[in-house]
Amino acid sequence: MATLTQTPPDTSRRREVIDRAVIRFCGDSGDGMQITGGQFTNTAALYGNDLATFPDYPAEIRAPAGTLPGVSGFQINFASTEVYTPGDSVDVLVAMNPAALKMNVADLRPNGILIVNLDNFKETDLQKAQIKVSPLEDHSLDAFRVFPVELTKLTRAALQQLGLDAKAMDRCKNFFALGMCYWLYNRPMDSTYRWLDEKFQKKPVLAEANKLAMKAGYAFCEATEAFQISYEIPPAKLSPGVYRNISGNTALAIGFIAASQRAALPLFLGSYPITPASDILHELSAYKDFHVSTFQAEDEIAAITSAIGAAYAGCLALTTTSGPGMALKTEALGLAVATELPIVVCDIQRGGPSTGLPTKTEQADLLQALFGRNSEAPIPVVAAATPGDCFWMAIEASRIAVKYMVPVILLSDGYLANGAEPWRIPDVSELPSFPVHFETNPTDFMPYRRNPDTLARPWAVPGTPGLEHRIGGLEKQDVSGNINYEPLNHERMVRLRAAKVESIAQDIPDAVPVGDPDGDLLLVAWGSTYGAITAAVAAQRDRGRRIGHLHLRHLNPLPRNVGQVLKRYKRVLVPEMNLGQLVMVLRAKFLVDAQGLNKIQGKPFKQSEVEAAIEEALGIAPVLKN
Amino acid sequence: MTTTAIPVYTKKDFQTDQEVRWCPGCGDYAILSAVQAVFPELGIPREKIVIVSGIGCSSRFPYYMNTFGFHTIHGRAPAVATGIKIANPELDVWVATGDGDALSIGGNHTIHMLRRNVGIKVLLFNNRIYGLTKGQYSPTSELGKKAKSTPYGSPDRPFNVLSLALGAEATFVARSVDVFQPHLKAVLKRAAAHHGSAFIEILQNCNIFNDGAWESLTEKDARSDHTITLEHSKPLVFGKNREKGIRMNGLDLEVVSLGNGIAEKDLVIHNEHHPSPAFAFLLSRMETQPGFPTPIGVLRAAHELRYEDRMAGQIRDVTARRGHGDLAKLLREGDTWEVK
Repeated sequence: MATLTQTPPDTSRRREVIDRAVIRFCGDSGDGMQITGGQFTNTAALYGNDLATFPDYPAEIRAPAGTLPGVSGFQINFASTEVYTPGDSVDVLVAMNPAALKMNVADLRPNGILIVNLDNFKETDLQKAQIKVSPLEDHSLDAFRVFPVELTKLTRAALQQLGLDAKAMDRCKNFFALGMCYWLYNRPMDSTYRWLDEKFQKKPVLAEANKLAMKAGYAFCEATEAFQISYEIPPAKLSPGVYRNISGNTALAIGFIAASQRAALPLFLGSYPITPASDILHELSAYKDFHVSTFQAEDEIAAITSAIGAAYAGCLALTTTSGPGMALKTEALGLAVATELPIVVCDIQRGGPSTGLPTKTEQADLLQALFGRNSEAPIPVVAAATPGDCFWMAIEASRIAVKYMVPVILLSDGYLANGAEPWRIPDVSELPSFPVHFETNPTDFMPYRRNPDTLARPWAVPGTPGLEHRIGGLEKQDVSGNINYEPLNHERMVRLRAAKVESIAQDIPDAVPVGDPDGDLLLVAWGSTYGAITAAVAAQRDRGRRIGHLHLRHLNPLPRNVGQVLKRYKRVLVPEMNLGQLVMVLRAKFLVDAQGLNKIQGKPFKQSEVEAAIEEALGIAPVLKN
Repeated sequence: MTTTAIPVYTKKDFQTDQEVRWCPGCGDYAILSAVQAVFPELGIPREKIVIVSGIGCSSRFPYYMNTFGFHTIHGRAPAVATGIKIANPELDVWVATGDGDALSIGGNHTIHMLRRNVGIKVLLFNNRIYGLTKGQYSPTSELGKKAKSTPYGSPDRPFNVLSLALGAEATFVARSVDVFQPHLKAVLKRAAAHHGSAFIEILQNCNIFNDGAWESLTEKDARSDHTITLEHSKPLVFGKNREKGIRMNGLDLEVVSLGNGIAEKDLVIHNEHHPSPAFAFLLSRMETQPGFPTPIGVLRAAHELRYEDRMAGQIRDVTARRGHGDLAKLLREGDTWEVK
C-alpha cells in the first residue's frame, strides 16, 4: 500500500499520453460530488474530450451523513477518441469517506488509483459505514495504488488566512480533490475559476476559498510527488456546438415535446408505470406548460386505448411501456392499425420473458414489435441507437405516425434509457417541421379516402361540423369506411394497409454502412449495441480488416437499399442482445446467410466481445466453442 | 363557448343510412329509438357528440347514430372515451356497452372511469347474457343460470350493477328499462345534463338467448308491484294502488303497508344528492331481498369536479405561472457546455 510517507520521492516523474480514463468521485450527499464531477466534466468537455457520465444519486430520502444510503457518486469516462459508455471499470476512484469507499471499490480496476480522505476514517466514520476494520489497514486494498490524503486538514491549512469557520472551510475539500484530479490529468483550472466567480458572485470569499482549495490540491500533487505519473488525454474530434448530458428517457421526453411543437399538436401520454419506462411519464408530467397531458392509466391496455382516443380527438398521442406492457397492448395496436390513427408506442425493452429482468437490458422485443399482433397488422418500427438518438427517433416516430396515419413502435432499452452521453443541442430550426392537416371539408367527405401519395386517410377529428362518421375495428369498405365483409374488399384493405407502411421506405434515408463500403464482413445491428459495435469495427479496421457497420434505425420498413448493401460484403454478422431476431428477418427477406452474435445476459456487449466475433467470422482467430 | 346557433334537430337527424343489424324484437331497438328521440332536445351540435363502444350487440350502437362514433375493442370503450375527453373536454362523449363488455372484460376500465369522474355518459345495456357470442351466461346472469356454457347452471354470483357503480363512487347512477320509454327518455336527459360520469343501467331484453330476462318487472300487471320509481325528495311508495312503502329499520330497509298509522311521512324520502354514496348503495341492494321492488330512476346525482377539468386546470395553472413553454429553452435545460 502506498502512502505519502511510504512513497519514496520519484525523480523520474513521467507524463503518459493515454486515450481514455474513467474517474468516479464518490462521497456523502453533502460532499458536493455532483458538482465536482460536473466541473471535471465541464473542463474535459471544454478541453475537447468526448465523454460519457453516469451520475448516481442516493434515493430521495436524505440519509444520515456518512452512512451507506447517503453515498452519492459521479462517474466520467473521457477520451481523445469517441466515447460510447461511461466505462465498465474505474481507473481513478475518489472516496470521501468509508461508506463511499465500501459502496464503490468493487468497480475500481486492479492497479487503479484510489484517493481517500484520511481525515474521514476515524472509528465513528467506520461505524457509520458498518465497517469493523479500516480497509486502509486490512490489506483489502492491496490491489490498488492507494493515496490516503488528509483532505480536510490540508484544505483547512490552505484556507487559514480567509477567516472562515471550520464548517465553511470543510465544504471546500471536494475542490481540493478536484485540484488533485486536474493535476493528475493535466487540466487547466480556469473554467472552474470562472464557474466559481459566477456562482459566488455575492460571496466572493467562497469563490476564493474554493479556488485556494483547488490550487492547494493541484500543488499538493506537484510538491509532494505523491504521484509518479500524470496523464495526458488529448482532445477528441467533437463537432462544434452547445452540449448537454442526456439520458435516453429524458431524450425521449423532450423529443416528444419537440415533436408536438413541430407538429403544432397538443401532446398526450397514456402510460402505466413500468421499469424502465416510467421516467418518461415522470418527466412529461412536469411539462404542463407545453400543453402535455399525462394520463396514468389503470393498466397497460387503458394506457394505449386512451392514447388511441386522444389521437382520434386530435392529439399527438403516445404510450410508453416495456415488454410485458407491449404484450398487453397487442389487441389495441390492431385497433390503431384498423382505424388508421396515429399513435407512438415506446417499448423500453428489458430482459424477459414475463417479468424477467426488469432492471436489465435486452433487445428481444423486435419480433414482437414487427409481428406481434393477430392477422395482417403491419406497423412501422424505429429504434434509437444512443441516448441522444432517442430525441431524434421520438421526432421521427411522430413524423411517420401523423404523416401516414399509422401507429408507430419506437424501440429503446434499459441501457439507453438510463445511460447518458453528451448531446449536441440542436437549434429549433434544425428540427423537422411537420404541421398536420385536419380534414374540415364536409363536401364528399369519406373517412377512408386516401391521400394518393402517402395512402393516409384523412384525420377528421370530432367537433368538426359535417364530418360525423363512424370508425371501428370491423373491416370497412374501401373509401366509405362503412362496415363491409366482402372477400375482395377485405383483401384490398389488407393490401392497402400493408402498402401504406411499405411506402414509408420512400421517405426514409438509404442505408449507409460506416467503415468500408464493401469488403469481407458487414455487421448489421440496431438499437443500443451501436456503441460497442462502432468501437469494435473502428478497432478492427485499424488492424486492416475490410469491414462495415450498418446500424438500422428504421426496422419496418427497412431502407430500400438494405438488400444491395448486404451483397457488397462476403459475410454478414448480426450482433443482438437476443437469440437472433434481426438476423431472422434479414435471412427471410434477403436470402442472405447472415450469422448472429447473440448475448442474453442483461448486459450490453463489450467491445472485446464484438471484436472477437469479427475475427472469428473472418477466420482469423480459432473457433472457440463455449 | 360557441356563439353560433345550434341547428334545430329532429330524431331523423340522428339516424344513419346503415342497416340496423340487431335481431328483430331486440330491446336495443327501443334504446336506440329513445336516444335518437332525446338527442335533438339536448341543444348540443351533432358534431360535438361522440359515441364510443366496445364489443357486443350493444356496441354496434355508434353505427346507427349520426354523430361521431368509435366502435373500439372488447371492454375498452371507457378508456378510449377517457382519452377523447382529456384531448377535448368540450366533446359530449357517450359510451354504449353491455353487461359482458363493461363488467367482465372491461370491468377495470369501468370502475376507474367512474372513480375518476370523467365526464362520460355510460349506457349499459344489461340483458344478463352474452348475445353476440350466442348465449353464454354473463356477469349479471343469476346464480344457477342455465346457458350454453353452464348446462348445469352458473356457479357465479352476479354483480349488482348499480352497487358496483356506487362502490366506485360514481357521481350519477340511474336505472331504466328498454320498454319504459318515457322513463328511459327522462333518465337519458338527466344523464346528459350531469357534469361528470353518468352511469345508466338499462334493463334490456334479449329475445333470442335470454327472452323474458326482465319479464317480472316489465309485465303490465307486475310492473307496479315489482318496481319502485325513485323521485328526488319524494317518499318511496310503490304498488298498484300506491299502498306500499319503504321505511328505514335500523341500518336496513323494510317494506311496509301504508295505513294503520303508517303514513308517507314515515317512509324514506329519496335524496339523489345525499352526501354519502351509502344511501344510494342501500337503495341499490333492496331488490336482493324478498318482497322488495326493483328501484328505477336516479339513485345518485352528486356534483364533483370532472377529471378532465382537473387535468386542464393543471395545464392552465402551470402555464399561467411559467408562461407557454419555450422549446429552445427546454432543449438547453440543465448544465450545458460549448465546443468551439
